[in-house]
Amino acid sequence: MNRILIGLPLLAAGAVAAAGIAATEKPDAAALEQLVLQDCGSCHGLSLKGGLGPDIRPDALAHYDADTLATVILDGIPGTPMPPWRPLLSEAEAAWIVEYLLTGDTE
Amino acid sequence: MKQLILAVTLALAAPATAQPTGDLGLIVERASGSLLVVDQSDRAALGRIEGLGDLSHASLVYSPDERFAYVFGRDGGLTKVDILEQAVVNRVMQAGNSIGGAISDDGRLVAVSNYEPGGVRIFDADTLDMVADIPTGSKTIGLVDIPGRRFVFTLWDEGETWIADLSGGTPEITRIEGIGDRPYDALVTADGRTYIAGLFGADHLTALDLWQDAPQPRPILPGYAAGREDLPVYKMPHLEGWALAGQDFVLPAVGQHEVLWVDARSLEETGRTATHGQPVFAMARPDGRQVWVNFAHPDNDTIQVIDSVTKQVVHQFAPGPGVLHMEFTPRGHEVWLSVRDAGKVMVYDTQSFEKLREIDAESPSGIFFTARAHRTGL
Repeated sequence: MNRILIGLPLLAAGAVAAAGIAATEKPDAAALEQLVLQDCGSCHGLSLKGGLGPDIRPDALAHYDADTLATVILDGIPGTPMPPWRPLLSEAEAAWIVEYLLTGDTE
Repeated sequence: MKQLILAVTLALAAPATAQPTGDLGLIVERASGSLLVVDQSDRAALGRIEGLGDLSHASLVYSPDERFAYVFGRDGGLTKVDILEQAVVNRVMQAGNSIGGAISDDGRLVAVSNYEPGGVRIFDADTLDMVADIPTGSKTIGLVDIPGRRFVFTLWDEGETWIADLSGGTPEITRIEGIGDRPYDALVTADGRTYIAGLFGADHLTALDLWQDAPQPRPILPGYAAGREDLPVYKMPHLEGWALAGQDFVLPAVGQHEVLWVDARSLEETGRTATHGQPVFAMARPDGRQVWVNFAHPDNDTIQVIDSVTKQVVHQFAPGPGVLHMEFTPRGHEVWLSVRDAGKVMVYDTQSFEKLREIDAESPSGIFFTARAHRTGL
């Protein structure tokens, strides 16, 4: 368990570092926003209104609770193209993304 | 008719049309909804065409005269642009959410593949008036043209491939069932004969011989991931940049960090090459000697070059963050890479691997040279 806890921040740091930004303890909003728009966007659309993956704008997600959404992000949905992001994101980062999606803090 | 007369007058009056377009290209700038007009020989941007809407995942095809491009936007917009005038000529919102398109062999029809409401719509290339609507009740992927004024596309939800023949005006549809579980993209060979669909839900691909009267689905590379755990797929591979290298196709695996080689005639496996990450595009240099591969997040800063004789990686480098697409010059001496998060397009020599030029671009994605105008399936 300890090892997993150590592993996660390291991996998350790797993901953020890959975005060219120094890793910090707190989720890096700019890097995560870029991740949502570009990398989630490659299936869900850059405007998040859906593509091969479903619409993930606030109205479409409103009836899910935040924990469910965070679990979907971290563990994926087996049998669908939604991949598990746990190897790349910490729970704090997933929670930040859920909040970002639910509040519709997009253009 | 009025439009035709107008067009003729314009062509006579505008000396700009004397400028050749054979070494020009367009680069999709996905963040700003614009296209960068580029010159291959000068390795330079000539200008920018704006006002194309949501261009995430946008692609385009060229008119036979290499003057016009038809741009398929994610927002369902179909835009016709004039490369010489660097302007939008016409734009229609044809659906809610589109994924790609194709142009018929005679250049008269442009087909668009839609996620919402699903299906394929076909437009007159001159006016962008809709001439046929082919509802499928499913997301459609892998739309390509084949000779004889025909289009081929595949249904993600149903696992069927349809051939739409428009040689007689009204579409005649041939449906082929049993393509497989959730086809995500497809390619057609340059002769229009072999159509290969990649599957998300199965570890094989499916091939059709379109020269048969009733093409039968044939599994290829069966069980390529058997006994191995599927790795997460953070971006679906693309097949439209398919590679025919010598006598082999090179195809990206799904959920495995490798590319797969199959004999183009027998469709039997001829080898595998382990790669740096989940391949997105595996593209052959036009002569087939090299295959350039880019990767899904988080490995999308890297390119590997594979020699098609030895099937070994001969060069690996990191151009920068977010390498989304590659386009070779028509004879393959140079390759252009879009490096999204660096805001650059980079031009490399394919023999020496030396970087020759960086060109500024706003979140560049797809790079399309006008030479595509003369190739079936592009």
